[in-house]
Amino acid sequence: MKIVVCAKFVPDATADRRFRSEDNTVDRAGVDGLLSELDEYAVETALTVKEAGDAEVTVLTVGPEQAADAVKKGLQMGADAGVHVLDDAIHGSDAVATSLILAKALAKLEADLVVFGMGSTDGGMGVVPAMVSERLGLPAVTLGSEVTVDGQTVRIRRDGDTASETIEGTLPLVLSVSDQANEPRYPSFKGIMAAKKKPVETWSLADLELTPDEVGGSSAWTEVVEVTARPPRSAGTIVTDEDGSGAAELVGFLSTNKFL
Amino acid sequence: MSNVLVLVDHTDNPGGTVRKTTAELLTIARRLGEPVAVFIGSDVQAALPALGQYGATKVIALSNPELSQYLVAPKAEALQQVAAKVEPSAILISSNAEGKEIAARLAVKLDSGLITDAVDVQAGDGGPVTTQSVFAGNFTVQAKVTHGTPIITVKPNAATPEVAETSPEVEEFDVTISDAAKTARITDSKPREATGRPELTEAAIIVSGGRGTGGDFGPVEAFADSLGAAVGASRAAVDSGWYPHAYQVGQTGKTVSPQLYVAAGISGAIQHRAGMQTSKTIVAINKDPEAPIFELVDFGVVGDLHKVLPTATEEVTKRKS
Ligand SMILES: Cc1cc2nc3c(=O)[nH]c(=O)nc-3n(C[C@H](O)[C@H](O)[C@H](O)COP(=O)(O)OP(=O)(O)OC[C@H]3O[C@@H](n4cnc5c(N)ncnc54)[C@H](O)[C@@H]3O)c2cc1C
Ligand SMILES: Cc1cc2nc3c(=O)[nH]c(=O)nc-3n(C[C@H](O)[C@H](O)[C@H](O)COP(=O)(O)OP(=O)(O)OC[C@H]3O[C@@H](n4cnc5c(N)ncnc54)[C@H](O)[C@@H]3O)c2cc1C
Repeated sequence: MKIVVCAKFVPDATADRRFRSEDNTVDRAGVDGLLSELDEYAVETALTVKEAGDAEVTVLTVGPEQAADAVKKGLQMGADAGVHVLDDAIHGSDAVATSLILAKALAKLEADLVVFGMGSTDGGMGVVPAMVSERLGLPAVTLGSEVTVDGQTVRIRRDGDTASETIEGTLPLVLSVSDQANEPRYPSFKGIMAAKKKPVETWSLADLELTPDEVGGSSAWTEVVEVTARPPRSAGTIVTDEDGSGAAELVGFLSTNKFL
Repeated sequence: MSNVLVLVDHTDNPGGTVRKTTAELLTIARRLGEPVAVFIGSDVQAALPALGQYGATKVIALSNPELSQYLVAPKAEALQQVAAKVEPSAILISSNAEGKEIAARLAVKLDSGLITDAVDVQAGDGGPVTTQSVFAGNFTVQAKVTHGTPIITVKPNAATPEVAETSPEVEEFDVTISDAAKTARITDSKPREATGRPELTEAAIIVSGGRGTGGDFGPVEAFADSLGAAVGASRAAVDSGWYPHAYQVGQTGKTVSPQLYVAAGISGAIQHRAGMQTSKTIVAINKDPEAPIFELVDFGVVGDLHKVLPTATEEVTKRKS
């Protein structure tokens, strides 16, 4: 079985995240980045499925030069191969365009099982898995918090807003997993060394039979017209609960602000 | 005036209780054109009064039972067919997991731009202009769709529902669902137990508990009940099995933006902040004066939640009676 994990390289949420003033797109070049944490759960799912049977795991990323680090992290965790779709024309792609590139690459890879994270930690739309499934004409089973693959059958459990559900589909299939699905492993020293020898291919748009005007800012169907940084919060009042006065002060605050 | 499609978000059981988010979507739709509600389900009559109250000019009813059996692919197909007939100038959908997935499929089918998680939508010269709160609430962006039919998923509380009585006609709509859309199916579903408290994403007040509760959510729930609030939890509390995942607030849980957010025994990790820092007023109770949550608060109590919350609950109850 061929499993492909889609993994996104994103700006580090604990460092500086910002937008480029010239085109209101995310600054990806001048900031620290990493494999979106939520995609580690996808890599872990793929590795678990592989370990239970017979499969090959490829990590696929679409992104700028540094996005190669996302592939590398996947290989260090234990994936077998990597594909990095890299092309200057991709800058500024929206979700619709990103899903087109991913779908083309996945078709070329002939994936039986495609595993996504539940959402990137930058755009955080959580829509790319469904878009890719739509483009490939494959079923999607999304937001799995428990995943089992049994022969051709994929079964997940998920806790929705109104119900806890079990969902079933048959391979080939698109899967997305939540951060409840597992505990992603840390790369071992052996894994880090082994990753250096694993094959990574870099594909351009031409390799996917796409043209620059089908992707990137030029065919993004959405446009950010304005970006405003949030004004800093003014410091609040902090009291220390000595001899039980904290509760009274809290209730006083709630009352003054008409929450009672 | 142009038609604006609103996908009605309602409970399945009982039939057609329209969620507050739908009233918000209809209110927003009126800024953009004539609201046409799309109701997928068996009991459109139950939903009708609420839809009319908030200004739906027409209700398109899709009652094919297959629409609920097979996840969201059939619902997206159905909406595509409705859109082909109605030719809307925009499509508004609630920003929950199902809504976003329907919107995603629809965007590909209609070759249209998609904006998710809007916290406001206004009419602009070239179509709707949305506001999104991004990067854990650190930035606000204004965006618009530049191609196709704007598809926008809207977060709860993005508008105050405004009443505008209409008596909408109901039009039954027959959909055809492809076999391809039926390939993944729900084999088991256990409804979440009702708590009697407000919905987390809709509540005006939320009291959340974290690892500092030590596993006892009693004081958190009691304080929430004294304020008529919803209860939330940090991931640490959820991962420990102390509270169900559906109540997690944060990056991978719910993003909430209530009038008042009370964090009890929560340190304020970036992923938790991502889900709550746009709350209007923030209060924290934490025994560690250095906890990062205190950077966000309007009012903070350095103290033991097991002492502060029960006393505060008593005091609130006394004042309210
Ligand atoms: C703050 C912000 C707001 C945005 N708002 C919008 C918007 O409203 N509309 C819009 O069209 N675009 C928007 N974008 C752009 C959008 O995020 C990107 O185009 C992105 O490539 C796709 O969306 P996502 O990152 O939200 O993916 P999600 O749908 O959240 O990603 C889900 C999963 O898809 C996979 N994945 C996503 N991208 C890649 C990739 N490049 N390579 C490999 N795997 C991937 C990962 O497994 C990921 O976990 C926004 C971007 C930012 C930073
Ligand atoms: C990919 C990813 C996604 C995540 N998504 C989320 C998410 O959606 N939501 C989320 O919440 N987290 C999320 N997290 C986890 C997040 O990083 C933190 O681990 C989590 O928020 C910590 O929860 P906590 O504040 O309850 O626990 P802790 O960080 O352990 O803090 C407990 C706090 O309670 C205080 N305390 C202890 N005893 C008492 C007492 N008796 N009275 C008062 N205070 C007391 C302590 O001083 C401490 O500040 C995510 C992490 C990752 C990696």
